[in-house]
Amino acid sequence: MFYRLAGQFKSSYAADQQIFPIRQDRTFIAGVLIVAFGVIPLVANDYWLGAILIPFLILALAALGLNILTGYTGQLSLGTAGFMAVGAFAAFNFMLRVPGMPFLVAIALAGVTAALIGVVFGLPSVRIKGFYLAVATLAAQFFIEWVLTKFGWFSNYNPSGVISAQAIEIAGYRFDTAVSKYLLTLGIVAAMALAAKNLARTQTGRYWMAVRDMDLAAEVTGIDIVRTKLVAFAVSSFYCGVAGALWAYAYLGAVEPQAFTLDRSFQVLFMIIIGGVGTVLGAFLGAAFIVLLPIALNVGAHAFFPGVSTDLMSNLELVIFGGLIIFFLAVEPHGLARLWQIGKEKLRLWPFPH
Amino acid sequence: MKTRISLALAAALLAGSAAAQTSEQFIPMLSYRVGPYAAGGTGFFGGYIDYLDMLNRRDGGIGGVKMTWEECETEYKNDRGVECYERLKKQGPTGATVVAPLSTGITYSLIERATADKIPVISMGYGRADASDGRVFPYVFPLVTNYWSQNTAKIKFIGMKEGGMDKLQGKKIVNLYHGSAYGKETIPILDAQSKKYGFSVTHIEVPHPGNEQQSQWLQIRSIKPDWVILRGWGVMNPTALKAAQKVGYKTDRIVGVWWSGAEEDVLPAGDAAKGYIAASFHPSGTEFPVVQEILKHVYAGGKRGNMEDKGRIGQQYFNRGVIQGILTAEAIRTAQSKYGKRPLSGEEMRWGIENLKIDEKRLKELGALNLMQPMKVSCFDHEGGGAVKFQQWDGKQWKVISDWIASDQSLVRPQIEKSAAQYAAEKKLAPRDCPKG
Amino acid sequence: MDLNFFFEVLIGGLLAGIMYSLVAIGFVLIYKASGVFNFAQGAMVFFAALTYVSLVERGWPFWLALAAVLGVMIALGFAIERVVLRPLVNQPQITLFMVTIGLAYFLEGVAQGVWGAQVHALEIGIQDKPFNFAGVSVSQFDLFASGTAALLVLVLAVFFQKTKTGRALRAVADDHQAALSVGIQLKYVWAIVWAAAGFVALVAGLLWGARTGVQFALTFTALKALPVLILGGFESIPGAIVGGLIIGATEKLAEVYIGSSIGLNIGTGMENWFPYMLALVFLLVRPEGLFGEKRIERI
Repeated sequence: MFYRLAGQFKSSYAADQQIFPIRQDRTFIAGVLIVAFGVIPLVANDYWLGAILIPFLILALAALGLNILTGYTGQLSLGTAGFMAVGAFAAFNFMLRVPGMPFLVAIALAGVTAALIGVVFGLPSVRIKGFYLAVATLAAQFFIEWVLTKFGWFSNYNPSGVISAQAIEIAGYRFDTAVSKYLLTLGIVAAMALAAKNLARTQTGRYWMAVRDMDLAAEVTGIDIVRTKLVAFAVSSFYCGVAGALWAYAYLGAVEPQAFTLDRSFQVLFMIIIGGVGTVLGAFLGAAFIVLLPIALNVGAHAFFPGVSTDLMSNLELVIFGGLIIFFLAVEPHGLARLWQIGKEKLRLWPFPH
Repeated sequence: MKTRISLALAAALLAGSAAAQTSEQFIPMLSYRVGPYAAGGTGFFGGYIDYLDMLNRRDGGIGGVKMTWEECETEYKNDRGVECYERLKKQGPTGATVVAPLSTGITYSLIERATADKIPVISMGYGRADASDGRVFPYVFPLVTNYWSQNTAKIKFIGMKEGGMDKLQGKKIVNLYHGSAYGKETIPILDAQSKKYGFSVTHIEVPHPGNEQQSQWLQIRSIKPDWVILRGWGVMNPTALKAAQKVGYKTDRIVGVWWSGAEEDVLPAGDAAKGYIAASFHPSGTEFPVVQEILKHVYAGGKRGNMEDKGRIGQQYFNRGVIQGILTAEAIRTAQSKYGKRPLSGEEMRWGIENLKIDEKRLKELGALNLMQPMKVSCFDHEGGGAVKFQQWDGKQWKVISDWIASDQSLVRPQIEKSAAQYAAEKKLAPRDCPKG
Repeated sequence: MDLNFFFEVLIGGLLAGIMYSLVAIGFVLIYKASGVFNFAQGAMVFFAALTYVSLVERGWPFWLALAAVLGVMIALGFAIERVVLRPLVNQPQITLFMVTIGLAYFLEGVAQGVWGAQVHALEIGIQDKPFNFAGVSVSQFDLFASGTAALLVLVLAVFFQKTKTGRALRAVADDHQAALSVGIQLKYVWAIVWAAAGFVALVAGLLWGARTGVQFALTFTALKALPVLILGGFESIPGAIVGGLIIGATEKLAEVYIGSSIGLNIGTGMENWFPYMLALVFLLVRPEGLFGEKRIERI
């Protein structure tokens, strides 16, 4: 009943092709954006902004990146964290070595660097696919981790190999409070999410999905598979690189290569599996789930079972994550996004039976 | 809908944390009890919590103020550590008193936040070594000893074993380090000392996590060094000892850092660990009066303390936690002497830590004589101690084989100041002015 | 150049490689029969070793503990087949792979939740003293491990060639549909396979645990097995052995010799990524591995 499409007519091609053709969707998205940009900075405290929302947004961005590679193009990648690391360290070095480098330009350049590295490690995808490719991306993960730890140049010869992010300054305004960092991150992520959603509708996006669905047929119809895959690697790594740079600058403030281990790659992979492979909404839902679940477990445990040991909670977390992955893949392989979609379909009719 | 739920949760959390305004001092415990380093976390935080618990039960707290705490699992991960910190920093009547994360990575992530929030960070025996320069890092305290100090003490010990520092000339030392930020920390200070004393040092990296060390030890065998310094973590330690046995290198020529010197590091190696020497800033043992007090007030009569395995009481990690407890409590007492016997804020606690002085007489009163060294913290020197002892594993326990060996500050301090100055320049901070005490 | 030293590194590497092969054999078993790449093999190794060591520490005699763990692993195999695999019967390989990643996390959580996160020493009675052989020093323990691996391969070979169940397994590996049509019960076969993989995991767990102590890092052995499989081929047990030997030898030799020649410190930490780079090269040149089945889709 709330989701009726009756009465919504499109009178121009542009109106028909917009991202959110249904009015209720547009209202909903507008609402979310208003709350995110306007309401939350006013009501939320430091903890919510600095420790929950910012990492959620950054991980959602990384999940978007992995989504482009795995969800749209079907190339399984376990090197997400490696590309994030490249982004973080590249941003640090650009800010450090180029005097007067504007922050946003540094982030963009960090993304480009990650994209280039992504293309290099994506070259094997030309000849292999499936989880053989996953192994190739594992090579990327371990190699990048090693290079960043081994060669002190990347961390400016800090004895611990840790990079301390410089202060963020855009047009003279310093972004050093939780609220300002949150708004900056939100802006960047919202813009890139919009780009990702639109990418799916471009020719490149359709080529990606063709490769995912059946690459033989795609080749036969004349799509350049090599180029398509490499572009996917590049764009995906760009997203992951920006996410990594934001992780260092807007969230932790100091990173070492060990912040971007295989565990993180798995975490992002879990996000898109649980959220729904191949959808932008899925990246956000998955990220929210993965970020909030441990905290909910912890807080819930303290509230309802005070005195329960923290290690039991942590092990329970592993068990729940593992169990949920199995559950989602078995029961609803398209993840939470599909559940959301089903909910919308039901809303269309509710409360009527048909 | 997502935002509504989160707003409701936020309200619930905020309400929950507005605790009863009783006379309480809250300490957030950023602990880790799972993952590859869980043994360290469970032992350390067990000792820390048990000591505070003992003070509550025996003395009714410190100066009449009861200690409270809440654990939050960080899994030794930086982002979890930050999340735990942010969640707990406002808890308690005066907010979090002090933070001790037992992780170098988390310490790094917390430095700026804690400084902005005015909550001191104690990184006892780990963290940023250059935070010993309190002028640049007013809120960070690498108490007792930092990595660089400890390294110079180790070279002094080796020199002692060789019969004098001059005998180090021409000797070969291998630095076997864990392939991580932590592992690489002591490379520059070793190079500096090798120049000063004339020994040759070879750095060999063991890739994380370190359960494969065969090629490294074969190389060590071909180098035939006089000493091997083991800078390991977790599984790397017992693997190193076993690999040493495999290639036939004598275990009593291996000197480990204190993160390679706990019972959990040697027990899995079995017989291969006999004779291995490790540095420590405290011995193991339950004979110390303070440990006895903990056993009496927290565990006697079937009561349950924080340690599930009582056999670990008195072992390395547990005693380390006890020392952390002692330092925290004494700093609170110091701060209370200035600000009064009431719950203190983080800023007041910072003053307390910075003016912490524990002499031998006080150590005896605390029941920690010979367990820890006398401490003297100042604005200029956030380390406050700098000495280590060396102990040897005989197959069943650690036996102390040296007295307190002080660090060589003439080598360490310039490096610290240089690194701290670099940090200050990068962050555009103005260092404080401190008297050189 | 010191030839003795070279041989020591080489032999040490070969023997280390055997240890990797032990884990890889478990992968091969499952892949051969069900086409699933079981990322959870490392977690199974950890789970088996941890359960065994915890039982022994509680005073169980070693043969009883061994039997108990074997029973648990077999039960686990059946459970996995029933709960995880059957609902996902026709899904693409990627999905099945991701499911095993979830399974790995699940097993790790259960293992540590039930038995705790302490480090345990594991003694199987073999001392790790070196043993001089024509001037080259070889580890006793590694020799024992190679012996065990050889025995295991022999047992598995006999199982696959001579027993009815083994033949059924090979039939299933060849063609599921055809196997079904001759009356082989797929779900029964899969459960057996997972149980067998569990047994292999137990053997690997005992040997690795004795080498390095039973702790969480044992799960990382699964990661090292991946390049072994790529080199050897996913469906071949002899391939797993050969792949393991090659990976073990080359990673140690690279660590020692390449590291020092580029002018970096001796021991550059290359061990972590070198096997993967080697696997990558192999993937580009001979993707099916040395002994695997050629499966080419020309695009």
